[in-house]
Amino acid sequence: MKTTIFLIAAVSILAGAALADDHVGQYGGESRAKPLPTSKPNATWRQECGSCHIAYAPGLLPAESWRKVMAGLDKHFGSDASLTAQENRAITEFLVDNAATRWRTPGAPLRITETAWFKRQHDGHEIRPEVWKRASVKSPANCAACHPGADKGDFEEDRIRIPR
Amino acid sequence: MKKLLFSLALLATPPVLAAAGVSAELLAGYRAEAAKPFSAAQGEQLFRARHGDIGCTSCHTDNAKSAGKHAQTGKSIEPLAPAANPKRLSDPAKVEKWFKRNCNDVLKRACTAQEKGDFVTYLVSIK
Ligand code: HEC
Ligand code: HEC
Ligand code: HEC
Repeated sequence: MKTTIFLIAAVSILAGAALADDHVGQYGGESRAKPLPTSKPNATWRQECGSCHIAYAPGLLPAESWRKVMAGLDKHFGSDASLTAQENRAITEFLVDNAATRWRTPGAPLRITETAWFKRQHDGHEIRPEVWKRASVKSPANCAACHPGADKGDFEEDRIRIPR
Repeated sequence: MKKLLFSLALLATPPVLAAAGVSAELLAGYRAEAAKPFSAAQGEQLFRARHGDIGCTSCHTDNAKSAGKHAQTGKSIEPLAPAANPKRLSDPAKVEKWFKRNCNDVLKRACTAQEKGDFVTYLVSIK
């Protein structure tokens, strides 16, 4: 009898946890998705968003973030990255369609490097502070410095190389 | 017969000349709006000028034939001079897009047709 009650309690706690997890998700709800869709390559996005930095994979930010980024390209992190209206529409559609799906908060940061999932994966436990200051890294947004396959959406842990 | 000669001439046109054809088209567009003849020396001046702490050379290096590096992101940029990179100046819409962005970033204004014509003339003059 006692064991049954215990089991029921345990099961409901687990179910509750699962529900809560589904509601808010990991990282306070700021969870990324699979970086790149494998089925739908988009040449316009790769070319236009990959000329000043790697083309950041759509699954790293929620749809609302991409809408904001795409609405402000004329003043884009200190650069003019403006596109024709037609290019802008096509790229926005691709980014929004493949954005992070498990995002559960209204927050929509403009930077990947400001998201909760990014900060947790790249905090002081994982990377020593002086690494960020190396000329070979330059900026946390320089994903490819440590993830050689970043432009293909590959962030696998066993392929990470921290540069000197 | 004339037609045949013409097609032969087309076939014989090496790709380098084809690229020059596009920059000639670009230049013709700018010429319609520019007062003075284009000057490679003026174009080089635009290339090397500093505006505060930024200039074209911040990303393209001081040699248009060598690969550059984006000043903020560190991403490598292929050389600007067609002599080193035949893809350059081959797509007028792309050239216009980057003049708009880069002139805005560096000069805080659009470049004039005169400046663009001078700059293209400079790039083409590099052997
Ligand atoms: C003209 C150059 C240029 C182009 C073109 C460009 N960007 Fe950027 N982008 C930048 C710069 C500069 C930064 C700031 C990099 C840094 O802080 O290290 C940046 C940063 C970003 C960031 C934030 C990275 C982070 O997490 O800190 C995102 C997201 C982004 N760009 C998306 C895009 C998208 C989408 C496109 C295509 C529509 C695009 N960019 C095209 C120059 C450009
Ligand atoms: C200075 C090096 C460095 C830079 C720059 C960097 N990362 Fe990372 N990244 C790491 C390390 C180290 C880890 C492994 C953390 C761990 O062990 O859990 C990691 C983990 C990750 C993971 C999780 C991988 C997994 O399998 O769990 C993702 C996704 C990721 N990074 C994306 C990015 C993106 C996107 C950028 C650029 C906006 C970026 N990183 C920039 C070093 C870096
Ligand atoms: C902040 C970095 C940066 C600065 C400063 C900069 N450029 Fe660029 N420029 C780029 C990038 C990135 C590209 C695209 C590279 C590519 O297509 O591979 C580019 C491309 C170009 C192109 C396109 C050529 C072609 O046919 O593909 C021209 C023309 C150009 N730049 C001229 C200039 C001029 C003139 C200046 C100075 C007024 C300047 N740039 C300053 C980053 C810069």
